[in-house]
Amino acid sequence: MTDDRDTPAPILYTHRHLLGIEGLSPIEITSLLDLADSYVEQNRQADKKRSLLRGRTIINLFFENSTRTRTSFELAGKRLGADVINMSVAWSSIKKGETLIDTAMTLNAMHSDVLVVRHPDSGAVNLLAQKVDSAVINAGDGSHEHPTQALLDALTIRRRKGRLDGLLVAICGDIRHSRVARSNIHLLTAMGARVRVIAPPTLMPSGIERLGVEPFSDMRRGLEGCDIVMMLRLQTERMQGSFVPSIREYFHFFGLDYEKLSRAKPDALIMHPGPMNRGVEIDSEVADDIDRSVIREQVEMGVAVRMACLDALTRRPESNRPADAAS
Amino acid sequence: MPGPKSMKQPPRPLAFVNARLLDPASGLDTAGGLLAMDGVITDLGPQIGTNGGIPEGAEVIDCGGHCLAPGLVDMRVQLREPGEEHKETIATGSAAGAAGGVTSMVCLPNTDPVIDDVAGVEFIARRARETKRAKIYCYGAVTKGLAGRDLVEMGLLWESGALAFTDGVAAVGNARVMHRALSYARTFDLLVLQHPEEPHLAEGGAMNAGEVATRLGLSGIPPEAEVMMIERDLHLVAMTGARYHVAHVSTAAAVEAIRAAKARGLRVTCDTAPPYFALNENAVGDYRTFAKLSPPLRGEDDRRAVAAAVADGTIDCVASDHAPHDQDSKRVPFAQAAAGGVGLETLLPVTLELYHKGEARLLDLLAQMTCKPADLLGLPQGRLAKGAPADLVLFDLDAPGRIDADRLRSKSKNSPFDGRPIQGRVLRTIVDGRTVFEADA
Repeated sequence: MTDDRDTPAPILYTHRHLLGIEGLSPIEITSLLDLADSYVEQNRQADKKRSLLRGRTIINLFFENSTRTRTSFELAGKRLGADVINMSVAWSSIKKGETLIDTAMTLNAMHSDVLVVRHPDSGAVNLLAQKVDSAVINAGDGSHEHPTQALLDALTIRRRKGRLDGLLVAICGDIRHSRVARSNIHLLTAMGARVRVIAPPTLMPSGIERLGVEPFSDMRRGLEGCDIVMMLRLQTERMQGSFVPSIREYFHFFGLDYEKLSRAKPDALIMHPGPMNRGVEIDSEVADDIDRSVIREQVEMGVAVRMACLDALTRRPESNRPADAAS
Repeated sequence: MPGPKSMKQPPRPLAFVNARLLDPASGLDTAGGLLAMDGVITDLGPQIGTNGGIPEGAEVIDCGGHCLAPGLVDMRVQLREPGEEHKETIATGSAAGAAGGVTSMVCLPNTDPVIDDVAGVEFIARRARETKRAKIYCYGAVTKGLAGRDLVEMGLLWESGALAFTDGVAAVGNARVMHRALSYARTFDLLVLQHPEEPHLAEGGAMNAGEVATRLGLSGIPPEAEVMMIERDLHLVAMTGARYHVAHVSTAAAVEAIRAAKARGLRVTCDTAPPYFALNENAVGDYRTFAKLSPPLRGEDDRRAVAAAVADGTIDCVASDHAPHDQDSKRVPFAQAAAGGVGLETLLPVTLELYHKGEARLLDLLAQMTCKPADLLGLPQGRLAKGAPADLVLFDLDAPGRIDADRLRSKSKNSPFDGRPIQGRVLRTIVDGRTVFEADA
């Protein structure tokens, strides 16, 4: 384990928690991305570990299955030297009547420093954050927000394109149920990118244009001239007649293949938050195209971004912490 | 009304003096006094208290110039008894009502068991007699077990005291069932109340559809779900000639549909509740479950339309839509939280906002909370008139205050109005000549 090599850069992130991207300023977002950038290099070295968070406890509290995000947070915490505990809250204990508030009380007694929470209900992480003493990172709540995903997407784009400002980004797929879409819309529009959302109207939430995006139901038109094509996962239970008639029909009109991709800029990047449904929302060939697809890179950026977030929420001196911060 | 009680104890007349008498039924708004004897109003007017006119031995109550009006008749409350007494009981609910100036209330049949038989109606009547605070009536269910299929014994329930019929917080969604309910209700000319929401369109929704729901990642209930159900029912009303009432109207489109139906001569009435003219969907804010109501709080345009329809009388009545829920039902993620808010103690001051803002006339607002619902439901109260029950509220029209949910008398504290500054305060509530509430000095 190496000692801290340099004095840490000042972090211009002043909130107690990270519950969402909505409401963050461009300066705060940039600050987190800059910090994450510095961790990318560290993660590529043989010795990846620092002692910045030695003695700190991080609890990964997952009310919904997720191997990828949980592993990413676990790795991030361990590389910063923290003790990381994984708690998968079985639905059985929820059904037994333990409420989210009960869980919060239990966790308070454990004195964790950071709580990383995923929950299937929108707003559940906000509710928990009001009740616990530690900092809270939202690792995805219902259809609301998934802020670290948007940050890692932004970091991936920024490293490839050198900027976010002025880019044309298309987000395609199940916008209605997607927390990834919402966090990305907030982040990208805050940073000066133009955002289009592409979906059949059954998967488009009402009033989406009020979030500053341009909706399309024709994927070919929506992809015209885009710098970034961001695909979303469509859950199988939603494409058997409820929101979409069939997988076959969905792929035909909204699956990303080379033909549709040809409408985007020649150097357009393809992104996907994973896990992919090959042949549903994305053609396998496109997904594996090493010149265009940055899907693997997104996973790498994920660890760096989560290190930056853990760092930002724990490094700030106690005196900076507002006693009763709103977020 | 001489009875055994008056034989035990010689009745003592009551004299309210130095009051501003407000009777929305007759349009009376004058300084004066009111006499009551044996639970009944015996005289009122400017002459009482000024130059005598007070009977010997009367208990004199100096109203200090404040407003003396008929006690409020709240036509839509949930009292949770029987079945959910941890949320509210008839005793706590009527105490809350008394503190809010409500002297009569009508509870929904969505209890456990459901009020869909004579025994249920009689249970409510017995518990109401025992509590002796506000007068408590009930609606019968339209369909057995609120299941939306088979009609209840409407005639028998009505004979035993059910004032009208509704499936409570659920819409009668099946058009054929609603058609039969309205047709059959015509036999006795009974009123049928509808929760106006197309159930399939609204299914799974947690709040009003639109930008706010989209930002919060909550599934939305389109405002059109309301007018769709009303328009369907209006065709059924036209087919049957039945009396039909739309509960808690929350959208501009619904107001328009009802206004047009009234103009066509259909026997249609409606009510709304204070949240729908005092709050909009932004009250949900950061997932505030206390602002989760059914129907959901709507956008600002709808709120304004509802307020305007209260002011112009298109909306006939204002009811509290009192829906108590305990902490366990509300301190959960928004989508899982129960819908509804308590309202008995905030009905009067929040409704008075429309008067204080200059949007509605005082007597009109009082009519919507007294004589209009009373007339609709066939009750004799809700008016200051000789021979009417001495159900009264004395209130200070202007006293400033702030709603403090923790201090509500209701067993549940889930008010969407917590912290709201208000103007107007209930000083005393009288039921059948008995003081059932008196504010602390």
